[in-house]
Amino acid sequence: MFTESWHSVGPTLDECIKCNICTSYCPVSAVTDLFPGPKYVGPQAQRFRENGQPQSPDHSVDYCSGCRVCNEVCPTGVKIAEINARARAQIVAEEGIPLRNRLLGRNETLGKVGSVAPALANFSLHNSFSRVMAEKVMGIAREAPLPHWSTTGTFGDWFKKTQSVRLKSDKKVVYYHGCATMYYEPFVGKAAVAVFEHNGYEVLVPPQNCCGLPLLSNGEFGAAEGYHQNNINKLLVYAQAGLDIVGTSTSCTLTLKEEAPELLDMHSENVHAITMATWDIFEWLRERHGLGELKTDFSEMNMVLPYHAPCQYRAHRIGKPARDILVLIPGIDLRESQARCCGIAGTYGYKKEKYQIAMDVGAELFNFVADQGEAVEMTACDSETCRWQLEHGTDLPSRHPIEILAAAYGLYDLDKRDLVNR
Amino acid sequence: MHKLETEVLVIGGGATGTGVAWDASLRGFKVILVERRDLTHGTSGRYHGLLHSGGRYAVKDPHGAAECIAENQILRVTHAHCIEDTSGFFVVLPEDEGDYPDKFKAGCDAVGIPCTEISVAEALRREPLLNPRISRVFEVPDGSSDSFLAAHATAQAARNAGAQILTYHEVTNLIMTGGESDRRVAGAMIRNVVTGEEMEIHADITVNAAGAWTGKLAAMAGIQVTIMPSKGTMVAMNHRLVNTVVNRCKMPSDGDIIVPSHTVCVIGTTSVNVPEPEPLRIEPWEVNKMLEEGDKMVPGFAQARVLRAWAGVRPLFQDTYTSGKGRDVTRKLALLDHQEREGVGGFLTITGGKWTTFRLMAEATVDDVCRHLGTERPCTTATTPVPGAEQGNYWLGHRLHDIEEQHLQGQLVCECELVTRTMVENAARRNPLLTLDDLRRDVRLGKGPCQGGFCTYRGVGILHEMKKAGSWEVDMSDEAGSTAKWDVAYLQSPGHNLVSDADGHQSNQHPANTADSFNPNLLLRDFLQERWKGVTPILWGRQLKQERLDELIYMSVMNVDHLPDKELASPVTDFYRFDTRPTVEEVADV
Repeated sequence: MFTESWHSVGPTLDECIKCNICTSYCPVSAVTDLFPGPKYVGPQAQRFRENGQPQSPDHSVDYCSGCRVCNEVCPTGVKIAEINARARAQIVAEEGIPLRNRLLGRNETLGKVGSVAPALANFSLHNSFSRVMAEKVMGIAREAPLPHWSTTGTFGDWFKKTQSVRLKSDKKVVYYHGCATMYYEPFVGKAAVAVFEHNGYEVLVPPQNCCGLPLLSNGEFGAAEGYHQNNINKLLVYAQAGLDIVGTSTSCTLTLKEEAPELLDMHSENVHAITMATWDIFEWLRERHGLGELKTDFSEMNMVLPYHAPCQYRAHRIGKPARDILVLIPGIDLRESQARCCGIAGTYGYKKEKYQIAMDVGAELFNFVADQGEAVEMTACDSETCRWQLEHGTDLPSRHPIEILAAAYGLYDLDKRDLVNR
Repeated sequence: MHKLETEVLVIGGGATGTGVAWDASLRGFKVILVERRDLTHGTSGRYHGLLHSGGRYAVKDPHGAAECIAENQILRVTHAHCIEDTSGFFVVLPEDEGDYPDKFKAGCDAVGIPCTEISVAEALRREPLLNPRISRVFEVPDGSSDSFLAAHATAQAARNAGAQILTYHEVTNLIMTGGESDRRVAGAMIRNVVTGEEMEIHADITVNAAGAWTGKLAAMAGIQVTIMPSKGTMVAMNHRLVNTVVNRCKMPSDGDIIVPSHTVCVIGTTSVNVPEPEPLRIEPWEVNKMLEEGDKMVPGFAQARVLRAWAGVRPLFQDTYTSGKGRDVTRKLALLDHQEREGVGGFLTITGGKWTTFRLMAEATVDDVCRHLGTERPCTTATTPVPGAEQGNYWLGHRLHDIEEQHLQGQLVCECELVTRTMVENAARRNPLLTLDDLRRDVRLGKGPCQGGFCTYRGVGILHEMKKAGSWEVDMSDEAGSTAKWDVAYLQSPGHNLVSDADGHQSNQHPANTADSFNPNLLLRDFLQERWKGVTPILWGRQLKQERLDELIYMSVMNVDHLPDKELASPVTDFYRFDTRPTVEEVADV
């Protein structure tokens, strides 16, 4: 597995000059000795790995949360997080994958199954007995902020139901909703559709599936490849037609853009077409604003809003477009977090042995929010798992910036988390 | 003057010398080995680490090939922990097609080298970076060896059998007796290069195993032994691009072997006749040639990060010196009985050969020692594993595995090569140590990507602390048994070095012979210079970036250019200096 990766990730280990900047920034190694740091498990340990060794030489790489802060700060361009993801995949290939990680990697399947009877599913999962059992049997931390299935139908249900009233236009955009919006937070999708339409775009929601990120983070590369290939098949025609594929889940868009092709060594023309067509929603909106096409008919929003740009968002290397747009809204006192990570890192903080690490990592962010004073009623963050972690760590509601923007347009109720009926 | 008596005096602490000491002491002889620097300071510590299957010589030198495969199989047992079982490929590149591959296969079959032709697809599956345009692949039992550890283990086996191993002891002259007709070598005058103390070692028989310095030593007995020093330059890459030894299936020539060696892979070699074994200068064309040739076997090789370049000297023996090219001179072992050749008794020279056949060379030598001393004692080295062999073959990830199992991440001194603090402390106490370069050979300190950038100051700091605490002396004693604690079998294994040897160590046991020249500033300067020397020939790209960081650490933060004690020098300080004399070509240009 390692040497095949020569062309994208492998050679970057040669860039490491051992400077330790990654280790000094790593939010995980700062709070636990179980993780010896990105340099150690990344470019350093990589020199000791090869296929078919008598024993898997290392396991501490499993404590890498995949937040990619290391990549962000590396002065020489080592793809540390990817080296780590591949090393974990190698361990999985050799030693198999625990049931828990198999489950956590299959967000889409979980979403589908739970959505059959969401109230029952919520009750079955979210009672203290089940959580204790889930911890004991599977190692899913009992306190971890697991999501609730939507009891008012999935995003797909809503979109289909409202098809007749959806805007038709020559300007079209493809919406990639991701699993969380589909099954847990359809309101994020509604807000996104409202913002697209408010700006004159017709929204297309073609069939799509999980981006595969949870599988990638849990080392199941084979299954992730299947997911990504499906998405290519389903979305290619839109990309080829010159349409933008825009997502509200920043980790999904990163996976489509970069993570999947890079980690899975998928470099075909079709894969590249999807890479080039994919946008994070605020990246796309900021582009529209730059062209003078974004409506700015905002109503005044008097609020102090701590905003955390998640690690996965920073990994896009596009600056902080959500901040750039939110500050256009009159009355918003945006307080930008400089915290490295909220700790949850996708499915990392759900794992029993990593829950406390995730909370300790998040402390930097939780403290930042607390420091913003009593006036704070909610926080904002682009990534769903990070929002759940933020809510868990601060006891304040957290919203996707697109919800804030939709509210500023007067289209959305931030408390009810639903569109305003007009 | 101090005098020692022995039956066999071995001169030279490389693979051959330690092998002779091991063999002779197992046969019950009283043995002293002297080495002017650290073990394997010469050619044994400067080769690419290939454990030959014999394939390389299957066409050209069937006798040598047969020796290789026999020794290969013996060393896999006696020195198991010094060998990585990498296997080896002989690949046929488009430009190498012709009748050689069939001759090669026939040659291997003829001398009993297990050789299987495998499909190109299978070879590419195992080594994905191999040139996909190869047409045929043969697999042979090549391996990768750790010659530093092997020499230590062999020396330890010799010690356990009663031999004395004296490093940093230099021969200043041979002791000659008799007249014109019955001249004899009766031992040697030795100087402890650390304390300057002189002594005489009287021996019944003296074995010259001085490698590239064999001719110089023989000259002290008035004997001419023509050693043609042939320089071989090798280049190490930052990580393993292949995990199998890769040879080109053609007549041996420059740059046609890539050997995975611990965390790096080494491409070798050039073959250039040089007038002297020291100093050796690496010419730019040599590095370019290695990268160019490497790129043929592994496309992209030349773009990967180069770590370091170094050169060793093959001690090629020729009865009469001709201007023949290095590769045409025999690689066979040469055992010279100077009684028969020149009428000088008590003196044998063993030279030629290669690392893989060092045990055989020792066996032949000690057989002759027996004959001279009028005794018959069978050789047992082929069936006697050296200390540590019970660990089995080493494997690439074993250090990482140990560090992880024992949670030693916080103990790392050299992060690149995963050397723990206890490994450094134990190595310092178990093995006479004068420079950090000795530690590099013992535990791989400073061998990784940063080339000592982060571990040099840590290593010096630890030794300084140990010195101040009195828990360590550089023991240069020549008393028999003085280094009974020398146990290097597990020197390189983090998991076997969880406890420091500090307890029970008695310092100042031999006050007269401890090195009082220890100076942390000198230690630091020497090692920086040593590492810098090997990086200079490849100073571009990513290693240049690394060296810039290292330069900032040492020049800007630590100001090492202006450390005190500038006048101090160790016995090897000179060796680390650059050879700045103009080349023949440069002289011609002027």
